[in-house]
Amino acid sequence: MKPAPFIYHRPKTVEDAVALLAEVAPLDGRILAGGQSLIPMMALRLAYPAHLVDINGVAGIDRIVVEDGELVIGALARHARFEKPVEPGPTGQLLAQVCHNIAHFPIRSRGTFCGSLANADPASEWCLVAATLGAKLVARSEAGTRILAPRDFFQGIMTTGLAPEEMLVEVRLPMLPSDAKFGFYEFSRRAGDFALASSLTAFRVENGVIAAPLVGVGGAEAHPRRIPEAEHALLGQQATMATFERAAQAAAIAIDPLEDAATNAGYRRDLVRTVVRRALELAISQSERPQ
Amino acid sequence: MSDKVDITLTINGAPHAISVAPRKTLVDAIRDDCGRTGTHIGCEHGVCGACTVIIDGETVRSCLMFAVQADGCEIRTVEGLATSDKLHPLQASFIKHHALQCGFCTPGFLMLAAGAIERNPDMSDDELIEVLSSNLCRCTGYENIVKAVRAAMLEMQAA
Ligand SMILES: Cc1cc2nc3c(=O)[nH]c(=O)nc-3n(C[C@H](O)[C@H](O)[C@H](O)COP(=O)(O)OP(=O)(O)OC[C@H]3O[C@@H](n4cnc5c(N)ncnc54)[C@H](O)[C@@H]3O)c2cc1C
Ligand code: FES
Ligand code: FES
Repeated sequence: MKPAPFIYHRPKTVEDAVALLAEVAPLDGRILAGGQSLIPMMALRLAYPAHLVDINGVAGIDRIVVEDGELVIGALARHARFEKPVEPGPTGQLLAQVCHNIAHFPIRSRGTFCGSLANADPASEWCLVAATLGAKLVARSEAGTRILAPRDFFQGIMTTGLAPEEMLVEVRLPMLPSDAKFGFYEFSRRAGDFALASSLTAFRVENGVIAAPLVGVGGAEAHPRRIPEAEHALLGQQATMATFERAAQAAAIAIDPLEDAATNAGYRRDLVRTVVRRALELAISQSERPQ
Repeated sequence: MSDKVDITLTINGAPHAISVAPRKTLVDAIRDDCGRTGTHIGCEHGVCGACTVIIDGETVRSCLMFAVQADGCEIRTVEGLATSDKLHPLQASFIKHHALQCGFCTPGFLMLAAGAIERNPDMSDDELIEVLSSNLCRCTGYENIVKAVRAAMLEMQAA
């Protein structure tokens, strides 16, 4: 189908974008970033915004830089930029691995990291990364700038803490320490499809035991989040298959699974157990491989 | 401004001065307003890849952009692959390896492959399959498409 009519705006600066958004948000206006979620929704007439504020002409917001131990990702940084590591440490490698699971090459050349977060699909890989690593989400409006933590940002299925007149101007990802091990695993029915469940894990091994474990689960609940029960099962334990199985089991019990006609709660829990265990196993097996 | 906007789409080097409503997708403008019907429309929501074109060097779905967004950009479509007397190596390879039947998906696959090879002229088999998994073909099946693209890539490397 064809998208419904809208009024098109093309600001050149963030200030103008935010000023326009203040004006058109009450009239059902929204930002157009990569358009790889919004335009399909408009074509399917699931969305028919009256105004679009296209940020593709805004200069200087496509940056990906390391600043104060954080990876700063601007609003127009497209998925494809992450296909090769954006920095040499584990964070760059992790993002590159995750990136290949997002849609397909032509969609990755337009879709943006920040657009994925603003879109907040429960199965979005970048949402899982942001939730697991504890991203700072920087929202700007005419009233000023505020920084949201994942727990305040991700509120439900395609629902965020952004106000309609706020633009997500950048995301600041805390970087993993250089000796961090990480693993990402997702299950989807076809290559490039949204995941039915996914997991991102990271930890360090200190004096033979697991330190600073992070276990995130995506695609299984209304939004991705860290699972404290699974992290607790890892902390201070040896990195063995038995430990991983206990953590995976804890995650499967802790989640509040999404259900649909093809995926009942029991199946979703089984998937979560499997993706968490495999992500943890990958964290160990990948770090044994020479880089 | 939901009224028509004057824009210029440069398709395979030729400028087209057109006037479009903002809601018109790029693929519709390429076909209806510029008369370049080589680019096909399948699903209109990003899934099939029939509409794949190359814009300023990036391989994209032209159903997932509005025409107004491509104002002033260099757009390459399937019509730009062959030169006056010679098919592009990908096109010749598709014929040789029987990589099409009805041909509906073919322009999209050709532009997908052309864009991917330009970005990485030496893709591994896994990378090639990852790239080609993005588009759908309902009749030929994928084996011959993979074969054709692999052969063309090797030929382009040798050239
Ligand atoms: C065939 C197909 C397969 C896909 N598969 C996957 C997949 O496996 N995994 C996955 O994660 N995604 C997938 N996607 C979606 C893709 O990753 C999108 O690029 C992404 O979800 C949205 O980013 P965007 O930049 O395209 O945003 P847009 O589509 O432009 O916008 C999406 C929403 O976010 C809002 N928005 C965007 N940027 C901002 C901002 N800076 N501030 C405030 N609001 C903003 C918009 O107003 C809109 O409501 C797929 C898409 C397609 C077409
Ligand atoms: S028509 Fe564009 S992807 Fe199907
Ligand atoms: S050749 Fe018919 S759809 Fe591909």
